[in-house]
Amino acid sequence: MAIETQPEQTHGAGGAQPAGPRRRPWWMRPAIHTAIIGAVIGYLLGHLLGNFLESNNVATEYPNLALSDSSDWPIVLGYGFAIVGWMIGLGVFSDLFRQMIGRPVPVEAHSETEDVNVGVAKYFRFTLDHKVVGIQYLVGMVIYFCTAGLFAMAIRAELLSPTYHLFSSSAYVEIVGEHGTMMMMLMTSVILGPFGNYLVPLMIGSKRVAFPRIEALSFWLTPMAFLILLSGLMLGGFPFGWTGYAPLSIESTVGADSYAMAFGLMGISIILAGFNIIVTVICYRAPGMRWSRIPIFVWSMVATSFLMVLAAPVLVGGMYMMITDRTAQTAFFIDTLGGSSYLYQNLFWFFGHPEVYILALPGFGIVLEILPVFCRKPLFGYKVAAAGMIGVTLLSFFVWQHHLFDSGINPDMRPVFMLTTELISIPTGFIFLVAVGTVWKAKIRFTVPMLFALAFFFNFLIGGISGVFLSDVPADTTEHGSFFVMAHFHYTIMGGLIFAFMAGCYYWLPKMMGIRLNQTLGKWHFWTMFIFFNSTFLPLFAVGMAGQPRRVFEYARNLETLNDWVSISAFCLGGSILIFVINFVWSTVIARVPEVGNPWRSRGLEWQVSSPPPPGNFAHVPVVLSGPYEYGTPGAPPVADLNPPTGVVSAAYAGADTARAEA
Amino acid sequence: MAAESPAPAQPAGPSGGPNHGIRIFIPWLILSVVADVLIWAVWGPHLPPGDMSTSASNQQFAIKVMAVMAAPVMLFVLVYFAYALTVWRHREGDDEDGPPIHGNTRVSATWITLSSVIVLALFVFGTVELVTAQGSGSGQGASPVFDTGVSSHPLQVQVIAQQWKFTYRYPQYGGFETTHLVLPVGEWVEFHVTSIDVIHSFWAYQLGVKADANPGVDNVAYTKINNAGTITVRCAELCGLWHGAMFDYGQAVSVSAFDAWARGTETQLASVTKILPPYALTYDPTVVAQMSKAMVAAGLTGGAGLYYPPNDPAQP
Repeated sequence: MAIETQPEQTHGAGGAQPAGPRRRPWWMRPAIHTAIIGAVIGYLLGHLLGNFLESNNVATEYPNLALSDSSDWPIVLGYGFAIVGWMIGLGVFSDLFRQMIGRPVPVEAHSETEDVNVGVAKYFRFTLDHKVVGIQYLVGMVIYFCTAGLFAMAIRAELLSPTYHLFSSSAYVEIVGEHGTMMMMLMTSVILGPFGNYLVPLMIGSKRVAFPRIEALSFWLTPMAFLILLSGLMLGGFPFGWTGYAPLSIESTVGADSYAMAFGLMGISIILAGFNIIVTVICYRAPGMRWSRIPIFVWSMVATSFLMVLAAPVLVGGMYMMITDRTAQTAFFIDTLGGSSYLYQNLFWFFGHPEVYILALPGFGIVLEILPVFCRKPLFGYKVAAAGMIGVTLLSFFVWQHHLFDSGINPDMRPVFMLTTELISIPTGFIFLVAVGTVWKAKIRFTVPMLFALAFFFNFLIGGISGVFLSDVPADTTEHGSFFVMAHFHYTIMGGLIFAFMAGCYYWLPKMMGIRLNQTLGKWHFWTMFIFFNSTFLPLFAVGMAGQPRRVFEYARNLETLNDWVSISAFCLGGSILIFVINFVWSTVIARVPEVGNPWRSRGLEWQVSSPPPPGNFAHVPVVLSGPYEYGTPGAPPVADLNPPTGVVSAAYAGADTARAEA
Repeated sequence: MAAESPAPAQPAGPSGGPNHGIRIFIPWLILSVVADVLIWAVWGPHLPPGDMSTSASNQQFAIKVMAVMAAPVMLFVLVYFAYALTVWRHREGDDEDGPPIHGNTRVSATWITLSSVIVLALFVFGTVELVTAQGSGSGQGASPVFDTGVSSHPLQVQVIAQQWKFTYRYPQYGGFETTHLVLPVGEWVEFHVTSIDVIHSFWAYQLGVKADANPGVDNVAYTKINNAGTITVRCAELCGLWHGAMFDYGQAVSVSAFDAWARGTETQLASVTKILPPYALTYDPTVVAQMSKAMVAAGLTGGAGLYYPPNDPAQP
């Protein structure tokens, strides 16, 4: 278990040491503005190249290709080059280039004491500090979530009336697609991005993450994915929701390219993010941080990361095939030319179902992390909780065809997928068992993060139970593709993931920013969000059961009252999120009430250092002495020795190395 | 049933004190019994999708059984948390931590065993409901394994989905095509669902039938209608611009009325039926000879290789 505590960039290329960083004015240094310039230049180059390919060479040599969609080549190549230009402009490759030409690598970008990394500017750069990346992710995710939430409110505005009245059919279907895709692709990182990247090293007693460049890149791909997806609106959008079923997605106009490029890019981002977390947790734990002592949140991050690393490549492959189908006229998904539209459905859901657990597991981790702190009790059944997460992770790869129960795909397999889908409720039940055991005879404190954590269990209970109805093939025949499904996954994702995200914000923002969020506004936010969330999505179960399919703009007139109720609740829910945004901005920018200590009296290792944590997290590598949930345990040692006697850590590593050598 | 005694929510005694298990168990038991009786007897007969056909009533039964099983589970968590949050809340001035309970093997084992039993019971129930009910109205693809077994010649209806309309074809009546779905009461119906462009989903709500319409695929679903009435047909898979308005209404009528309607329509449409492609389980419009020639001549077989060239009709 080798821990590198020295920054790796002190050795320059060719053995040359940098003779002090070169000072350049701020606008010359790579940051977000140079990245935007790079992306624009890249897009123009790619677009021109695509036009050239399509209009000259390809069209004359391969008439078949000339018959392809209006102009996919310029769009796809434009996006591709824009991504590369964005990364070059951001300075992702700068050090690589410098090393290739034998120039010294400046330390300025990576030094935490250097003044370039002081202040707000570091948040707009390709910064390698995991704490900066965490904050970048946090702000980014709030922006993405609110943008996609506005699309949701536009959908609800259209559904105020059973006939189509507000948007044109094309505008409506574009809005539906943008909302679904943006939420589903970007919210995969809503907890792993901010809290995972920021807190996992602190929780396992590490001074850094394993792959800071990969981690930073994983964040900086998300704004590009977001912008590419949004730019689809300028190309006419895409008419196939977030699932992108072929052949509709192959036949659609160029807006579909933005979907495929953005989703594929986000797939790469979550592979990178997951990879970094896995290696960090496996290799960078402090001495004494055994697998039986790592916080349950870290377990959830490891499980999520494995899902990301194993599932997202299938998505990237599927998106790649869609792009080649659209440009080079391959026929992976075209029945009449030897492909299969089922292939796309299988590929998509082979990613798509693990993805919903990518969205659920971090929520489990956060609420189980928060529960013991405000119950002042140890976590009940730590091993059961970890086993539940591992069980969900494993099973989630074997359930994907329950999305295809009515599709006509091999009917023999239906009982099997019904079984695996229902089995997954057993490890999910473990999470509830742990919560039930933890609140038993507890001393519950109703702080804002605790309220959100408790609401998580209420919402996820409804989401989970409705999922059992969907797993049953006969019942699913009615529920599939209706608003019932839509209510179900909003209960698990918004009621689960987003409530847990809010719990994490109120719980950890004092740690991450050294600033306390306003608790009164927080309580207002909680109660409005909890009430209007349920008021929005509970009636939708009934709406779906009554026969309203998803993604429609015309529905039966007798459902108008319910739909209006839901729409008005949805607007109020948007107002509740606005309270959060106001609270977030007010508390972190204007009021700035400092919170430097350990306000929740938590035993978590991350709370044992000052808030926000100093550069390098820990002055010394800590030695972990006991588990993080030993509340009320008489004689429990402190969680860690932050200032271990000289030689203890190196002896521990020496021991580990010897043990490894002997093994 | 015992007299209703809501959970005594008074603050728990400071020490030793009340038997929390009993205090949670009794209200849970009462609420569960009440809820299950209400679900089974009062709500059950009105649960969607109704009982207009065998598959619909089969699904209604499945939903009812699962609701009856789910209610006690949900109520347990809700009652437990309501009790816990009321009784075990932090009191002012009490700064001690709670009891250090790290786990309880018996509780965990009971929980895991119970949830496994419930899940496996649901699985067995679901499988039986799927196999014995002819697939329960869901589309089974080209070679259905859960077939009727009783009637060798059910009424065949081909459902041809296209953007953004359903067309119905009756091969046993000369293969005429119509946009009106009319079905007989009391006879097995065998839907053959296919598409000529993108993926749609044929959802006959009152019949409890849902089958995706895939281009080039014959997706079979069975049902038998119990009562006459109106059928709402909606597309349940996003299929492009006007997906939101892709619906129509069908009629379930008596066998004699259906026969009269079918024979009458067959005669009426004979001249049209003559120029249609011969009946096939999947519907490939390029088999229409003159149309196929015209498409090849115009170079329109590239791209998706389908009826429409990929950019016509233009879709956003």
